[in-house]
Amino acid sequence: MELRVEIEKRLPDFTLEVAFRAGGTPLGILGASGAGKTMMLRVIAGLDAPSRGRIELNGRALFDSARRTNLPARSRRIGMVFQHYALFPHLTVRGNIGFGVPQVSGPALKNRVAAEIEQLHLAGLEDRYPHELSGGQQQRVALARALATDPAALLLDEPLSALDPHLRSQVERQLGETLARYSGPALFVSHNLEEVYRLCPELLVLSAGRVAAFGPKEEIFSRPPNLAVARLTGCKNFSRARRIDTNHIEALDWGVALRVNEAEPVAPARIAIRAHHIRFSEPGVSGAGVSNGANAANTFPCWIASRNETPFRTTLYLRLNAPPAGAGDYHLQAEIFKDRFSEMESWPQPWRVHLDPARVFLLPD
Amino acid sequence: MLATFDTAPLWISLKTSLVATALVLVTGLAAAQWRVRRRSRAWEVLDGLALLPLVLPPTVIGYILLLLFGREGPLGRLLLRAGVLIVFSWPATVIAAAVVAFPLMYLTARAAFEQLEPALLQAARTLGANEWQVFRRVALPLAWPGLAAGAVLAFARALGEFGATLMLAGNIPGRTQTIPVAIFFAIESGDNMRALAWVLIVVAISFAVLAAFGVWTRRQRAFLSRSLAGAMAGARPNAGGPAAAGIED
Repeated sequence: MELRVEIEKRLPDFTLEVAFRAGGTPLGILGASGAGKTMMLRVIAGLDAPSRGRIELNGRALFDSARRTNLPARSRRIGMVFQHYALFPHLTVRGNIGFGVPQVSGPALKNRVAAEIEQLHLAGLEDRYPHELSGGQQQRVALARALATDPAALLLDEPLSALDPHLRSQVERQLGETLARYSGPALFVSHNLEEVYRLCPELLVLSAGRVAAFGPKEEIFSRPPNLAVARLTGCKNFSRARRIDTNHIEALDWGVALRVNEAEPVAPARIAIRAHHIRFSEPGVSGAGVSNGANAANTFPCWIASRNETPFRTTLYLRLNAPPAGAGDYHLQAEIFKDRFSEMESWPQPWRVHLDPARVFLLPD
Repeated sequence: MLATFDTAPLWISLKTSLVATALVLVTGLAAAQWRVRRRSRAWEVLDGLALLPLVLPPTVIGYILLLLFGREGPLGRLLLRAGVLIVFSWPATVIAAAVVAFPLMYLTARAAFEQLEPALLQAARTLGANEWQVFRRVALPLAWPGLAAGAVLAFARALGEFGATLMLAGNIPGRTQTIPVAIFFAIESGDNMRALAWVLIVVAISFAVLAAFGVWTRRQRAFLSRSLAGAMAGARPNAGGPAAAGIED
């Protein structure tokens, strides 16, 4: 069970150039919009041709520019779930799911379709048309239709992005079950990092058509290999960095010297910390609220330049070491739960901000 | 006078229009399918050629057809070798009607195919359908209301064809005399009652065809637009919002 991809495709704005392998576990493809995610899926599915390269599925060459192999989409045995599902509006749920399996006739076809209807909880909806279904049901029909052909690989292009937020978590859970049951390589494209993190053990981060990171998700999230990946995985705070000694880095943009746990020989280009890893303590109360209280390293006075609220969280924009000149004058962006913020709101400024040496990380250029 | 009313032009007109429409339906569909698969702008020259019969005076078309199918014409000579003389025969009425009706079918079919959601055709391909199956099982059913509209327009145009028909097929009662030709010669010979009778018949046929078509399309379109609108509503691009909010827990 292996999909090997090594392709190059010239696009108007950049060249898509990726190489990776996917096995039996879902591989999440993360990247900003326009990074080439959808194009990559289309090339693998055979809907667009790469400029050169090789695509191999279970040892079978689907595309090989050296040997002039280019199987048409219909012969690739790759199931695809399109972003807006692309259900056939003139066919019922049963007609849609059965579309790809006419080779099997009679009872065998019926069983195949019935099995997918059962698996994806679509019983009772067989005779409805796509427009009579909810978004979540449409998504399940699209998935069932792709799976009914017994594909050797499964490609999902933002399968959850078209759903209303209240449907997403439930549909996502069912999608997770389906992906767990599916044994072949599955590629899951998304720009929602939470979704990708929950559904896929392995990640491939695309940036301007190139692989910026590829590996187990925990590794990529905790130690992003470069600035693009740090940004795409949601990191908000970056500063240019200069090494002082083995364990100390000067954060040039923040105007502070920081202790770091890691001691890499190379000179780092940037130092970063995630917004939700920033901790606060009340002025004058030593160590309170700091997770590893004993260590007061990397603690600085800070002022709030401005703040932003979502239903459950507050984002604080912080100026270190001096009061801010205005709302836009800030160094760090911190994210905390609202109940924590309501505790802190009455503290006199400046607060003390703590940048845990275990949480700050260094990035090469 | 109307006691000797000869109904032959009616049957000739209907037969000619139906056969011409059938011909144009097949060739127009094929040409439109062929064309929508080609992106190069160079093909627009060919489009111009295909649409020429729509803008040229019917007499010009008739003359060109005469040049092509006459005894000395390239096609005429070829057919003559097979023992067929087109000029002043019934097939000539079909050829004339088909040529003037073709652009209407081609244009509407092309528009109908171009409006199809490309993802639907691509989805069919990933599900293992070959190009013929993609056409027959997806493109054709979805474009059908547009194609039917094209066929009705083509039929109406074929039914009304006069100039090119007269030049290529002549006015042979019982063989090539269609209703429009019959009307012209009735008026020429001062037989106004006969002309009026034919006018009423043509109006009645046209009206019946359009009315039947109207009822049928309303049903088809209502179904398809509901389906398409529904499919789109379930796939609002921004329903989830820009979800990469960056809160990673």
